[in-house]
Amino acid sequence: MGMTYVQKLLARACGKTSVAVGDIVEPEVSMAMSHENGALVINQFEEIFRGIGREARVWNPDRIAIIFDHRVPAETAKTGSNQKKVREFVAAQGIGKFHDIRGDVGGICHQILPENGYVRPGYVVVGTDSHTTTHGALGAFAFGIGSTEMASVWTLGTILNIEVPGTIRVNVTGRFPEHVYPKDLILHLIGKLTAEGANFKVIEFGGETIRRMSTSGRLVLCNMAVEAGATGGVVPPDAETLRYLRDEAGVTEAIDVFGPDEGAVYDQTLSIDVSRLEPQIACPHRVDNVKPIKEVVGKKVHQVVIGSCTNGRLDDIEAAAKILKGRKVAAGTRMLVFPASWRVFADALKRGYIGDLVEAGVVLCNSGCGPCLGIHQGALGDNETALATTNRNFKGRMGNPNAEVYLSSAAVAAASAITGVISDPREGK
Amino acid sequence: MGTVVLKLGNDVSTDTIYPGRFMATVLPTETPQFAFADDTEFNTKLKNKAIPQGSLIVAERNFGCGSSREQAASCLKGHELVVVAKDFARIFLQNAINLGLQMVICPTIEAEEGDEIEIEGGTVWNVTSGKRFPIEPLPKARQAIIDAGGLINYTRKLLLERQPIGGR
Repeated sequence: MGMTYVQKLLARACGKTSVAVGDIVEPEVSMAMSHENGALVINQFEEIFRGIGREARVWNPDRIAIIFDHRVPAETAKTGSNQKKVREFVAAQGIGKFHDIRGDVGGICHQILPENGYVRPGYVVVGTDSHTTTHGALGAFAFGIGSTEMASVWTLGTILNIEVPGTIRVNVTGRFPEHVYPKDLILHLIGKLTAEGANFKVIEFGGETIRRMSTSGRLVLCNMAVEAGATGGVVPPDAETLRYLRDEAGVTEAIDVFGPDEGAVYDQTLSIDVSRLEPQIACPHRVDNVKPIKEVVGKKVHQVVIGSCTNGRLDDIEAAAKILKGRKVAAGTRMLVFPASWRVFADALKRGYIGDLVEAGVVLCNSGCGPCLGIHQGALGDNETALATTNRNFKGRMGNPNAEVYLSSAAVAAASAITGVISDPREGK
Repeated sequence: MGTVVLKLGNDVSTDTIYPGRFMATVLPTETPQFAFADDTEFNTKLKNKAIPQGSLIVAERNFGCGSSREQAASCLKGHELVVVAKDFARIFLQNAINLGLQMVICPTIEAEEGDEIEIEGGTVWNVTSGKRFPIEPLPKARQAIIDAGGLINYTRKLLLERQPIGGR
């Protein structure tokens, strides 16, 4: 029987010729990523070694990546001390793929891993962050785990006792209309599937639209696969994957490219034609509460946020800058931009986008997760409304349970910043 | 026997269980103070030790969706609460098993706040309503971890038995 992409990948990672859905497997981990919560991983890792007379050494420092992004620069002494603890551990263990708080190589973990070539097709990637699903865009089986689970990975080099997931295949056809983006596609899909529709499954994206889509767009799709409950999202690798890894991530080694079997068996197959898709908005307080923009146009927004691991890449900043150039953010609305990495910031600066945004009244913040989860800058006031290109709008998400968050593409966010109300970029003035 | 102290609906996110703004706190000894922090009344009862260990949270489907933050499991474990839900989100389920938080998957559960619940054998017995509801077993892949008393113990056992895979 034919295997899905992730079945084939897991068979390889387990040294087997095939695996079936539901099999319990223990694949070797190719890349293990953590951010500030590495402090808790270290705590649990040291606990594993307590009292057994063995030195606590990670199984392979080359396969661990640690990126500071959640609260950078540190907002409290407590965070500063946690970051210091991680820094010391990284030095002691010889972990090279460490991205400290720096304006050259720093940024958000889900951008740093791709742009540095840390993720390749066929990899098993685990991260102590639910949006680790992002890396499926490069043909990895990538999923979020907790800190204790990561401590186990650091010890043994495998992810213990997981079930081979079933796969939902999503075939995408058609060309995106102007001002409609991969973000609109994934919001539409989450609305259809619901927040639990893909629980314990993988979403495999394919079809002509995906083949034409840049890696940046694929990262958006896989990033938000988890919002439908998926264990992972994946795009089987192709020429675009190779182009990205060679040209943008500087990978020179051989790259393993394979696809799902012709006769792969899927739990469910969905077809989406994007040629008639409209901009989509996820409304409070659920990511699957998705509506076409016409149903929410005119809603007052106090804060617009472009950034995060979902939509803070160069193409997002470009879309925003093109809309905002020579215009102004509305009085009574504030707009924050958090680039996905400092490399993205530098590229946007070179192309003049940063200048266009700042002249329009945008506050440019440093690359990081900050406002997306309400832990560092950009907290909302009581009864305020935000429109963000981030990935979650749960109650309290942007730092205040008495506020509300809507989610959209960067184009919708930028168009809305000008008017101060949710606005359709297709009706630009 | 325990009392249902909180009744919740579908898709309770880890942002609700443990709001993001407290994520700088990571140690399981410190996270319990922020359990359900945005529900001031419930959080205050927990902090004042007004809720006995073994009390139950009952929820509908997809409990623990969203972020992978382990604090969402450790803060409940710290109060020794039991979570009964129709089903759980994957990462939360694994975190809870790894930390030894007691969870019960009960696809047909019917209970209200104040109900007395007995978990016995393969059923949840709502003593107040007199109805019994079958329990669905936790994922069999994870049984070895449950049997070892959590993932730290299980990993330590494997570490002593074998070499890491894919080491440098």
